[in-house]
Amino acid sequence: MSATLEPPPARNYEILPKTDTDGSPLDGDLLEIAMGPQHPSTHGVFRMDVVLDGETVVKLKPVFGYLHRNHEKIAENTTYLGSMPYTDRLDYFCSLTNNWAYALSVEKLAGLQVPERAEFIRVITAELTRLLNHTCLAGFLLQDMGALGTPLMYAFREREKILDLIESLTGARMMCNYMRFGGCRVDLPAGWLEGAMAVVENYPRFLDEFEALLSGNEILMARTQNVGKLSKELAISAGITGPMLRASGVDYDLRKVDRYGIYDRFPFRVPLGEHGDVFDRYMIRVLEMRESLKILEPALRDIPAGPIIDPKAKLRAFKPKAGEAYGRIESPKGELGFYLISDGGPNPYRYRVRPPSLINLTILEDMCLGHNVADVIVILGSVDIVLGEVDR
Amino acid sequence: METLEQIKSRAEAAVPGARLELIRNDAPSAQHSLLVDNEHAFAVAKFLRDDAQLRLDYCSNATGVDWPEAELTEKFKVTKLVDGVEKEVEEVKKTKRPAYLEAVYHLYSMALKHGPVILRLRTEDRGDKNHLPSLTLLWRSCEFQEREIFDLYGIVFDGHPDLRRILMWDEFKDFPMRKDYVEPDDYEYEPTPHDDVLAKVKQHREAEAKA
Repeated sequence: MSATLEPPPARNYEILPKTDTDGSPLDGDLLEIAMGPQHPSTHGVFRMDVVLDGETVVKLKPVFGYLHRNHEKIAENTTYLGSMPYTDRLDYFCSLTNNWAYALSVEKLAGLQVPERAEFIRVITAELTRLLNHTCLAGFLLQDMGALGTPLMYAFREREKILDLIESLTGARMMCNYMRFGGCRVDLPAGWLEGAMAVVENYPRFLDEFEALLSGNEILMARTQNVGKLSKELAISAGITGPMLRASGVDYDLRKVDRYGIYDRFPFRVPLGEHGDVFDRYMIRVLEMRESLKILEPALRDIPAGPIIDPKAKLRAFKPKAGEAYGRIESPKGELGFYLISDGGPNPYRYRVRPPSLINLTILEDMCLGHNVADVIVILGSVDIVLGEVDR
Repeated sequence: METLEQIKSRAEAAVPGARLELIRNDAPSAQHSLLVDNEHAFAVAKFLRDDAQLRLDYCSNATGVDWPEAELTEKFKVTKLVDGVEKEVEEVKKTKRPAYLEAVYHLYSMALKHGPVILRLRTEDRGDKNHLPSLTLLWRSCEFQEREIFDLYGIVFDGHPDLRRILMWDEFKDFPMRKDYVEPDDYEYEPTPHDDVLAKVKQHREAEAKA
């Protein structure tokens, strides 16, 4: 990539009337359809206004906001701790990473330290969350391709095992409300580490089985290879993050770049794609799950004893000094950031969520143009969105 | 990465006439930011993106902040002669902060893996002069985020290719993230009114009875 990269050209948002070889207009055969908002393959209440020339997409506009409840305004009207359970509802698949991103930002704002045991617990829960998110994404992607039920149920079977662990730790399967500023809420229950180790030890077998079923499958390759290509330059400019960015071949993983928490202690690699198509995005997620296991094994083995929360951290009457902070983590879907401004009061003056799902949708149209309608579904599935986070 | 002072002086040299101001941040995060004048904001942002030492090719976060007019009180201690004795006296200084809307951009470099450089743009006021230059042509990631700022804060981004409401519906009038936003009086949608809503319902019923 050159240093003087030109901006992507301003796109023409009007559809140009098509002409036949003799110059006569051919715009009569364009068809505008609304895909969604109520459709199983839109992953929630999400609409795409698609203009079709026969089967080919010539224009696509994502429409969302159906789940908008102004999360940011609600958080600005409550205390810092009061919005912790509310962050669970952003990306409801990955509530533990949402908790971590928010806790990390508040810790930056208030200058709190996290004890070592709590850092280990955070890494373990975040990587378990990454496992279950990527497993489900692979299942949903296959469901979108028409493999009804079977791969998704295999994925859900494994997800349930991880959810059982999370439930025994936090008390809830999905709405965990687990992290606190400067640590975690409760310590690990007895026997939890052994249970987690058993899940982690059995996971490669599931991945092998899943891959034997899918990765070399002819239909999967035909439907995903060279579909929805995303170039390196556009991915960087459009702020795409997470597995989607790395599938386009950009080496940018916040666990390596920011080294937040204690990620620098674990040996893991960042898998990169080459083509930036849907197949690469599927494959990157499978490979990332294998790398997550490499983090989980030493983390579960080496977790030290000790306190789980900074004794200086106040839960009640928590008022950070005036100032601002932007904290970000590598959530399973991409860079999840929280931008907080404090005016010295008990509520944040400004509370902003940087949602990876929303920003990864920016280039949905660019990826879909020229493809068939059926490919749009697959491309959207490979973006990995959760509407709770897109709409906030 | 260079310090923000160095970036500031280099940007001012590269873009003639640009007025930059360093905004300090006293929180432990110590993320200071650069305030840019609106006229040269696009040129300064282009410099930050294309400069070989910075290469801030990735705009992670773009967001709005609402600052209504406020009176700021600042306390500081002064030594004064009181009855012939030197004493430390606390004095309060009051300053008026004018009302404005602010757009904040968090810039990182994926190529060189550093950041953030925080860029701030301010509108002249919260009324009609709510225009800012759009940075979408430099970073496509601003496309939806600037639309969101327009939707929730009412900052108009000049040069944005597709500035429409994004989360609220098109017919919606107000800007819900502003600090002085008043939510609509939706008493009639409440099936079992109580508390505040019940008071509203009574008001409406009385008004209806009079009319």
